[in-house]
Amino acid sequence: MSADLLHELDREQLRQDLPSFGPGDTVRVLYRVREGDKERIQAFEGVCIARRGGGMGETFTVRKISNGVGVERIFPINAPTVKGIEVVRRGKVRRAKLYYLRGLKGKAARIEEKRDS
Amino acid sequence: MAGLIGKKIGMTRVFDEEGVALPVTVLEAGPCPVVQVKSKERDGYRAIQLGFGSRKTKHATRAEVGHAARAGLENPPAILREFPLGDGEAFEVGQQLTVSLFSPGDRIKVVGTSKGKGFQGAMKRHGFTGRPGSHGHPYVRIVGSIGPGTNPSRVIKGKRMPGRMGGARVTVRNLQVVRVDPDRNLLFVKGAVPGARNSYVLITK
Repeated sequence: MSADLLHELDREQLRQDLPSFGPGDTVRVLYRVREGDKERIQAFEGVCIARRGGGMGETFTVRKISNGVGVERIFPINAPTVKGIEVVRRGKVRRAKLYYLRGLKGKAARIEEKRDS
Repeated sequence: MAGLIGKKIGMTRVFDEEGVALPVTVLEAGPCPVVQVKSKERDGYRAIQLGFGSRKTKHATRAEVGHAARAGLENPPAILREFPLGDGEAFEVGQQLTVSLFSPGDRIKVVGTSKGKGFQGAMKRHGFTGRPGSHGHPYVRIVGSIGPGTNPSRVIKGKRMPGRMGGARVTVRNLQVVRVDPDRNLLFVKGAVPGARNSYVLITK
């Protein structure tokens, strides 16, 4: 009974305003950064390579290649610092965790686009 | 200082305005009726006895039912606990204490019964160092010497050794209240609270 209540509390706090996306999708994450006392919105665009956890603790990992260097950021989905997520492109992938992309570069690291038939 | 009796619901996380994730323990606290008031004149000390939860009348003794009835309760509480009163604090029998006693930002003290760990060695139970894992040591997690030899030719009392761990009363002080939900009698406390889910806890300021 108490575990149910805990789930209910989590559900109330979950974000409803974000689009559904999964591993393989190219996403643009708009997040709030704080520099001194100024706040601004910054975007981080890349491939979502993993979603992990559930409830309030769910996070997703976005990978991009910046100046030839692979950069990954992990965002908590429900954090208020994540202002929005735009799905740029849907990717067709066959696994839930795309960690194999870390070992690939260039053409090999491409992901086929998912077409809704 | 008056407090509340509560039940641990479990842990989750909450984000503050800065976007920082806070680990919180959710406690269901109160409403706690004042079942008895102990006075200096009558009992030699000042305290209130609070109740929490309820039991079916058939599961309680007649003495317990009668005790609860004096405070105007139909069912005897599942648990009764005393809280000492400071000078100038006064409560009436039958009064209900709720989570409104607390507000976000308050520093509170939570008492619970820790989870039973069974028979544990000295490393886990008392934080002993053990022995090096390499360089030819045959034993790694042993207690080691437990004292001098011929003199005093006994082990001093209270020597920390392996044994039963957990299941003891634990107090955690200086916990911060993050959120109060008066509608559902919930208290969100930053950090961990001793005990298993559904175990009873005492909450004071």
